[in-house]
Amino acid sequence: MKHVKVLNGATLKESAAKGGCGECQTSCQSACKTSCTVANQKCESKSK
Amino acid sequence: MVHIFKCLDMNFAVDVNSGAVHVLDDLAYAILEMNMDGLPEKAPEIEGYAAQQCAEALEELRELENQGMLFTDDGYDAARAIPVGAPVKALCLHVSHDCNLRCGYCFAATGDFGTGRRMNMDIETAKKAIDFVIERSGVRRNIEIDFFGGEPLLAFDTVKAAVDYARSIEKEKGKNFRFTITTNGLLLDDDKIEYINREMDNCVLSLDGRREVNDNWRFTTSGKGSYDVIVPKYKKLVDERGDKSYYVRGTFTRDNLDFANDVVHIAQEGFYAVSVEPVSAPDGCGYEIREEDLPRVYDEYDRLARIMLERDDFSFFHFTVDLAQGPCVIKRMRGCGAGCEYVAVTPEGDIYPCHQFVGREEYRMGNVFTGEFDKDASNDYAALNIYSREECRKCWARFYCSGGCSAANVNMNGDITKPWEIGCKLEKKRLECAIALQAAKS
Repeated sequence: MKHVKVLNGATLKESAAKGGCGECQTSCQSACKTSCTVANQKCESKSK
Repeated sequence: MVHIFKCLDMNFAVDVNSGAVHVLDDLAYAILEMNMDGLPEKAPEIEGYAAQQCAEALEELRELENQGMLFTDDGYDAARAIPVGAPVKALCLHVSHDCNLRCGYCFAATGDFGTGRRMNMDIETAKKAIDFVIERSGVRRNIEIDFFGGEPLLAFDTVKAAVDYARSIEKEKGKNFRFTITTNGLLLDDDKIEYINREMDNCVLSLDGRREVNDNWRFTTSGKGSYDVIVPKYKKLVDERGDKSYYVRGTFTRDNLDFANDVVHIAQEGFYAVSVEPVSAPDGCGYEIREEDLPRVYDEYDRLARIMLERDDFSFFHFTVDLAQGPCVIKRMRGCGAGCEYVAVTPEGDIYPCHQFVGREEYRMGNVFTGEFDKDASNDYAALNIYSREECRKCWARFYCSGGCSAANVNMNGDITKPWEIGCKLEKKRLECAIALQAAKS
């Protein structure tokens, strides 16, 4: 494509099927403690 | 829903529901900007471009749509189910409600959370808290304990006893404990550094940046700044930490809206993992980030992003978004889990939805000694998600921030379901920078 570059595909849709194991880190435990960003957490099942 | 924005001299489109992110040239961006409710049948005329070019760009956008990467529906109905009786899998363990600093912006009232009682958690209470989380964790294997305060190094014996106890029973109970500690660093010594680097999966080291900025807010009971004491200790800790994770974490207020200088300062001191975050403070306190400060803060995030384009010697927590390998959409709907998956336990053994609710009696959920745990309240917290919060339902950033901070909503709005608007605006700006940085470096 000349006018568009896909930086990331439909990864959220794909994650719906297999997600929800609940083993990943609680977001507030990582660094913030005062503000939330969940998207910078790791997926536990993908990191295995 | 599609969100378009410009950052770092590039054009972006985020297809909110699919998670797809696209970099667009000026023409494709212009076409999309004119058609945010859906692509037109016929290519529009765009000044400066031939009709053929416009048709070509529209065709490419249509191809994205056909491939499920633009204007996708939500479609997560099945995943929206609200968990009932959610397992508890993370504790913020307040091993001390005392502190050896008197930080001017402390949300915990310099350690005692406004209770008027400065005290450390005893070992028995810590063990009870660990028993509590094991018992409530159901099928969850990974359990996180963050040693928090106050200042947790004031109760280091309790920290060590809690770790020993958890390790002694984790296999038998089928659990895997992960420990974190959040410290102001003053009491670090060689033994504690060695222990932390051995036992803690992550550690959060508080430092606001430049000496004058740090010492303006982070000082001892006698008014002496903490910078010169803590920085050499942090360096030693990080030098000896190997590849285990850590963050040097600071707070910025409206007194240092040039906070990119603090991020860079921390990096220049040799720390790779940096987080500097806006103060969580009530309106009228004088140092809170105000609506009128936002343009300046946005510019500062842009400036920081440009600095990060040029160097790879540090990371910035809020510009770190893993678009492809991040959490699943189910996690992103539910957010931090405060009050259900994640709770705080005080030195008295009282249970609160998270550390920021501690000391507010109306939010107390139970006690680890009595075994009391308010399941109805837990279910209510579990029901707080990006669909049950009206503003989140309409927000493009919902799958990245996941509904924001319940405590901030209460503190700023008096309503747990109503997101704190300034926090939301800052979050969205940071996400745009994070996406743009990833594009620039890809």
